Amino acid sequence: MSRLPLYLALAACLAATPLQAKKDKTPPQPAKPAPYPSTYQAIASVPVLLRNATVLTGTGERLDNADVLMQDGKIAAVGKNLDAPANTRLVDATGKWVTPGIIDVHSHLGVYASPGIEATSDGNEATNPVTADVWAEHSVWPQDAGFAKALAGGVTTLQILPGSANLVGGRSVILKNVAAETTQAMKFPGAPYGIKMACGENPKRVYGEKGGPSTRMGNVAGYRQAFMDAQGYRKQWDDYNAGGRKGEAPEQNLKNDTLAGVMRGDITVNIHCYRADEMAQMIDLSKEFGFQISTFHHGVEAYKIADQLANENICGALWADWWGFKLEAYDGIEENIALVDRAKGGCAIVHSDSSEGIQRLNQEAAKVIAASKRVNIDFTPEHAIRWITSNPAKALRIDDRTGSLTPGKMADVVLWNGTPFSTYAKAEQVYIDGALLYDRSNKALQPKVDFLIGQEAQP
Amino acid sequence: MKRHLLAIGLLAMASAAGAQNVLIKNATVHTASARGSLNNTDVLVQGGIIRAIGSNLANPGNVPVFDARGLPLTPGLFGGITEIGLEEISQEETTRDANLDLKTGESGLIETLRPEFDATLAYNPRSTLLAVARVGGISYTALGTSGALLAGQGGVMRLDGGDEPLRRTPYIIIGNNSLGQSGASRAAQFMLLEQAFKEARAPVPGDERLLTSAGRRVLGQEMLTDRFVVYVNREADIRQVLKLARRNGIRVALVGAAEAWRVADILAADKVPVFIDSLDDLPSNFDQLGATESNAALLQRAGVSVSFFNGNDASHNARKVRQIAGNAVANGLPWQAGLAGITSAPAKALGVDGRIGSIEVGKTADLVLWTGDPLDVSSTAAGMWLAGKATPLVSRQTQLRDRYLAPDNGLPKAYRQ
Repeated sequence: MSRLPLYLALAACLAATPLQAKKDKTPPQPAKPAPYPSTYQAIASVPVLLRNATVLTGTGERLDNADVLMQDGKIAAVGKNLDAPANTRLVDATGKWVTPGIIDVHSHLGVYASPGIEATSDGNEATNPVTADVWAEHSVWPQDAGFAKALAGGVTTLQILPGSANLVGGRSVILKNVAAETTQAMKFPGAPYGIKMACGENPKRVYGEKGGPSTRMGNVAGYRQAFMDAQGYRKQWDDYNAGGRKGEAPEQNLKNDTLAGVMRGDITVNIHCYRADEMAQMIDLSKEFGFQISTFHHGVEAYKIADQLANENICGALWADWWGFKLEAYDGIEENIALVDRAKGGCAIVHSDSSEGIQRLNQEAAKVIAASKRVNIDFTPEHAIRWITSNPAKALRIDDRTGSLTPGKMADVVLWNGTPFSTYAKAEQVYIDGALLYDRSNKALQPKVDFLIGQEAQP
Repeated sequence: MKRHLLAIGLLAMASAAGAQNVLIKNATVHTASARGSLNNTDVLVQGGIIRAIGSNLANPGNVPVFDARGLPLTPGLFGGITEIGLEEISQEETTRDANLDLKTGESGLIETLRPEFDATLAYNPRSTLLAVARVGGISYTALGTSGALLAGQGGVMRLDGGDEPLRRTPYIIIGNNSLGQSGASRAAQFMLLEQAFKEARAPVPGDERLLTSAGRRVLGQEMLTDRFVVYVNREADIRQVLKLARRNGIRVALVGAAEAWRVADILAADKVPVFIDSLDDLPSNFDQLGATESNAALLQRAGVSVSFFNGNDASHNARKVRQIAGNAVANGLPWQAGLAGITSAPAKALGVDGRIGSIEVGKTADLVLWTGDPLDVSSTAAGMWLAGKATPLVSRQTQLRDRYLAPDNGLPKAYRQ
């Protein structure tokens, strides 16, 4: 049946308290440290050497009988017969596979947490079609049991997005998948913000009887007006900053801050969009306002315009097999990811949008490999692993820090019991910044959220 | 290399299309029966029925031969409890027929207790969902209805284009999914069910009636002959369902059954089969705080018959049952039990095992050939026979794919077939 996020009929609170006190005589300075900063600290670790594994680097390479050395939270070396410092913990990985930590660019963990009840429905600020002012991190509940399940599936980094009820849903947050009491302590340090926008049926369904938009043309008018409104704001601030921030600062506005950030290129653009024709409209929108789209999410029809997406340097974050739950998802095919990938310069990503799917992104990728064989498109494991590691890292603009086993990068690493592209694949160990934070064979290294403590129904 | 062989094989099948006779040679036959898996085995089909299973079977004459070259052959898969044929686009109400919605006012009682609602009457065998499921190796499903407490009847459908259910199946929905229509209390759900069963057994005064006369007749009949398929997750609710079943002398199967592992011994003793989604491992509501990926393995170990269904996207992604069964195996269920859970076990639970669900002599020849382990997502269906008739693995999805894979011919894609 339906798998769309719950749209809570929230009491209309459009006229809520202004988020900004207009008479503030000490206007915020853009140069000051970003608010709500990450407090993430890597957990202390000893050097670890995974020995004699099949290694998929995430950069397209496969190394057989190879070692991976992690030291000081970083990938120190990948290769054969590596030497290790004296205090190194040695892990015999014979017969096992090693990959970079899995990255999901589309998750609602924490904002639509388990249990999925009214009280945890925090993913859509469905009170206005443009809520560029809201930040997903202010909804994330770190006690969502889904984080630990995703970790057991090898997920080390994930982008939490607002839902798709709104034309502009708000800012995303990128998290390291570490258990913590606060969201700030999970926040990927230095990662850029993202914005979530949505095409098509969802906004018009949610707002059709709440003042609009009620049509796709209404949707596009809504994006355009929002960006037009932000253009003047951006100029005021750019002029003020260029002039050495002398005199009275322009008034600050949360919505326009985010949209100006998009136009400046500081915020990566994630657009929920199913149909080929609508993606093309959104590409024109991006040209009208001078921003680059990072990723189309869901893109069930991305295969129809795979070359255009590649030419525009836009990734497709897609499902292996979802289709038909809405008309705009009716043309889904099992080879969508394959066709986006094989376009010259194509950037394919397997995403989840699901607390179940995020636990098994490796299996979702395996389905794509299997379906593609039917039409003589062959993908090697070393290529396919990119769909869930380096390509999402690139889309999120954190590929200089994670997403591959390149020396110097964060030691976000998964040790699998065999090839990851199988139903029977299991992440045996998951390392985040070099720390072993999940071990399938050791209950003491399996996080459990507070919500599940004392629940007698639990195993 | 393998692909080349398959292509030849499919060609051979195509030439036999329309026939109900085939001799499949050299398959790895996973019978989903007591015989287990058989290497280098032949299956002879005549008149759409499996006539013989063995090594080096003689061709009785003029039966087209298909060489499986060692690939796995399974019974056609069970697609779960679905709305395939009752739902085209989930979000479009005008394309959905699975649930009764009379909009009868606040109490909703009239539509809460309508056992006579027969969803199979709306079944559309031309829905695109059938072919998509067949491409995934699925040959039959249990058509479901889930909109109310006593939700009505679905039925077991073979996905061969016919519209007659093999048999009808009554549904009951317990727990938070139908609270709104049944007194806003789980206690009210059991109260109403108890009263309805009582009413179906013996007439009650007019002002105490909950059911229509048709409802009383249908429910009375079902209580004698059919197994009620009950959606229920919470341990406490499962216990009450079992008590209700004993009190009223009805047979039940459980669906969802997220916390069934906690009462595995009772389910085994009462011979209650369960349909579970082994990917449903999160405490996604307060009815399933005990959800675990080990549910299937724990139940099977206790002697409970385990079948699988897709609880998340049952119809459009019915093909996911394979992955669901495979993940149960990855979490401790024996492989043969995993296969049985999407072939013979649901057929038995639904009372159609006399005809389908296993590769045994006398059964309808609904068969699927696989590129590899059918429980692994790295395999796909390579061929299908429905009642012995070669059935192309073509759907709207494969046709769209081929349209966009075809080389540019100077005309818009709308001109490509």
